[in-house]
Amino acid sequence: MSIDWNAFTPWPALLGGLLIGLAAAMFVLLNGRIAGISGILGGLLQPAPGDASWRAAFILGLVGSPLVYALFATLPAVQIDAGFGALTAAGLLVGIGTRYGSGCTSGHGVCGLSRLSPRSLAATVVFMGCGFLTVYALRHLFAA
Amino acid sequence: MLIVTSLLAGLVFGLGLIVSGMANPAKVLGFLDLGGAWDPSLAFVMAGAIALGLVAFSFAKKRSTSLIGAEMKLPAARRIDRRLLIGSALFGAGWGIAGICPGPGLVDLGMGETKALVFVAAMLAGMAVFEIAEKRRHADKSPH
Repeated sequence: MSIDWNAFTPWPALLGGLLIGLAAAMFVLLNGRIAGISGILGGLLQPAPGDASWRAAFILGLVGSPLVYALFATLPAVQIDAGFGALTAAGLLVGIGTRYGSGCTSGHGVCGLSRLSPRSLAATVVFMGCGFLTVYALRHLFAA
Repeated sequence: MLIVTSLLAGLVFGLGLIVSGMANPAKVLGFLDLGGAWDPSLAFVMAGAIALGLVAFSFAKKRSTSLIGAEMKLPAARRIDRRLLIGSALFGAGWGIAGICPGPGLVDLGMGETKALVFVAAMLAGMAVFEIAEKRRHADKSPH
């Protein structure tokens, strides 16, 4: 392993992380719930009565965030290298996996670790580990 | 009220994803690529988010209602079971393929990225597959 110092951006990462933590804090202190994005989105498919509107509002806030950001600054470029087939496979795995495992990076990673849940720690170790292994396999074992 | 707080939390969460670099799949893959030139930035995202999250959740755990009177709904599940581990493993693999987890997928969709649309559509399809499988599972368990 070598560290890519050119790409290393600790301060924006920390600041963005604080904003994410603030959002999770707002969500639990005001709404009384876990800001788990896969759970909030997945719950929209079969919402309990009265549950659809706040779920949709949260998702709308997320999807609308680039528009708000763009009012104040130029949006940073995003680079999606995966092709359409890979994106489809990735999306299916993320969709099934997050629902079956009851959470993703936000629900287990941010909120679960913040509330010191051993279950979320196990989930986070597994999904991070599988993320590392998958990238290693795709970039270093099977890459041409 | 829940709608307004949800919208705001979603917005702040999305801004955090943009500022931190998490919304850029290439950046995420740089973090997941331990075997290449490793970009440790995203560890700082988690550190920032959890630093605030720890405070918020320790406060939230002592309350039975939220600050605006909503019911506190923290997860009750404790068991580290097969569903949690297999689901998290599938999620991690999908995350490693494209570098996109649910939040950034939705934010990139808001940036008008066509590839994010493909990912989010596949993710929703995966979530729908989960819902259908769950329904079948419960139907099998109920008396005929």
